[in-house]
Amino acid sequence: MKKHLKTAMPGAALLALFAFTGEAAAAEAAIDKADTAWVLVSTALVMFMVPGLAVFYAGMTRQKNVLSTIMQSFFILCLITVQWVVFGYSLSFGPSSGWSIGGLDYFGLSGVGVEPRGTIPHLLFMAFQGMFAAITVALITGAFAERIKFSAVVLFSLLWAFVVYDPLCHWVWGGGWLQSLGVLDFAGGIVVHISSGVSALVAALYIGKRRGWPRELMPPHNLTLTAIGMGILWFGWFGFNAGSALASDGGAVTAFVATNIAAAAGTLVWAFIEWAHRGKPTMLGAVSGTVAGLGSITPAAGFVTPMAALLIGLAGGVLCYLAVIILKPRFRYDDTLDVFGIHGVAGTWGTLATGLFASIGATGLFYGNPAQLMAQAIGAGVTIALSVVGTLVILQIVDMTVGIRVTKEEEIQGLDLTQHEERGYSL
Amino acid sequence: MKKVEAIIKPFKLDDVKKALGDIHIEGMTVSEVKGFGRQKGHSEFYRGAEYTLDFLPKVKVEVVTTDELTPKVVEAIMAAAKTGKIGDGKIFISPIEDGVRIRTGERGSDAL
Repeated sequence: MKKHLKTAMPGAALLALFAFTGEAAAAEAAIDKADTAWVLVSTALVMFMVPGLAVFYAGMTRQKNVLSTIMQSFFILCLITVQWVVFGYSLSFGPSSGWSIGGLDYFGLSGVGVEPRGTIPHLLFMAFQGMFAAITVALITGAFAERIKFSAVVLFSLLWAFVVYDPLCHWVWGGGWLQSLGVLDFAGGIVVHISSGVSALVAALYIGKRRGWPRELMPPHNLTLTAIGMGILWFGWFGFNAGSALASDGGAVTAFVATNIAAAAGTLVWAFIEWAHRGKPTMLGAVSGTVAGLGSITPAAGFVTPMAALLIGLAGGVLCYLAVIILKPRFRYDDTLDVFGIHGVAGTWGTLATGLFASIGATGLFYGNPAQLMAQAIGAGVTIALSVVGTLVILQIVDMTVGIRVTKEEEIQGLDLTQHEERGYSL
Repeated sequence: MKKVEAIIKPFKLDDVKKALGDIHIEGMTVSEVKGFGRQKGHSEFYRGAEYTLDFLPKVKVEVVTTDELTPKVVEAIMAAAKTGKIGDGKIFISPIEDGVRIRTGERGSDAL
């Protein structure tokens, strides 16, 4: 993505200039119809990932929390869409104050129309990026599933978009300081997966375990839902990664192929390790490996060869398996749906792997550029720091205002009934 | 009259139903139940968390019949539900004081 933004940035600066002198700029850069069509489709694909994530998560919760889990992701899609068009897009991609935050030039999408940004309409670029913001916030909900007040989810999500997502997005993609430093993030290994994964871990630690975990049985209530969710996520991820080329070109194809390979590799490696380690491969393990592979390839997708994608997916599967199966039980944190163990770990690995394997439009360590690995490490480190501090501050605010956890009785009764007064199944 | 309660493996229900039909048993009550005996439970494994489930799904078949027919009912269920492996289930027999057919008011074995 950065490769294309580099060429897009002067265009954006020009646009800002022309905003004062009238609409004459539009003729300067040309909109490419094929690029526009592909990014339109990709925007819809990324949107579809949110309900995909909702059922992926919901299948892993207990029956009494199925609707609340779906509602959290779905509500966030809508909440962040509104936040994005009013404030978020401007704070992330606004041109004014450069390296730290985007400013309010695009407040309420003022000045954001169908004029070109790169080779697609500016408004489309805004919509595509908005879906990323929405799914990133939704990912975090897996960490505190089954025990959080709905009001807390709403307030937390809104604040998190302002405090963590928008600045980070600006730093990495919007012309901010990490981008100037040369940090590469093709489709969101840093902006989406490290940020959500690390914030999820902080939230899981702050909010605490579910009552009875891990002593009581809390098996997933409907893994067929989770399997359907995995299918939607994999499908949507093509828009997420290949769409991030922001063009219908070779870069998109590179990212598309890498995405598919890493998803398959992650799935296989998780299933085989489980088979060897536990005696039987599980379906939940296989789909966990899929998401591990997909998360790992996200920052690297457009920068690496197919064989590098295979290695990134395989290693991603191994690392996430270790995080979920070994690390979590050892440290006994209830990251309920493994947002950190999968997205956080995969995003961090993929970000570093980009610094190792990049060979298309960028150069990594294995191709003679150790500085890239350093830049990636700085990008990951800064993101972890921002996510930890930002999330802790937000949790304090939420705790002091609406409160975070439901009562013991409500937790036992389930969030569907107590937070939404409805049930997922009336059989 | 006696009540014969058989707790069997769920996949044997059709065989048991057929065997009871063959000896002209005209009614039964069936419920899905959970429990364990010597077979104990089984384990499940979800993303690293291993659960031992003590209670296995079983089917309970209840038949109320006359004293004379009771041995044949027990025999039929035994033959149909047996796999020879641990976990085949149990049969319990208890006396029934009376019975009523709601529609007609018939009592005792006439109500069966």
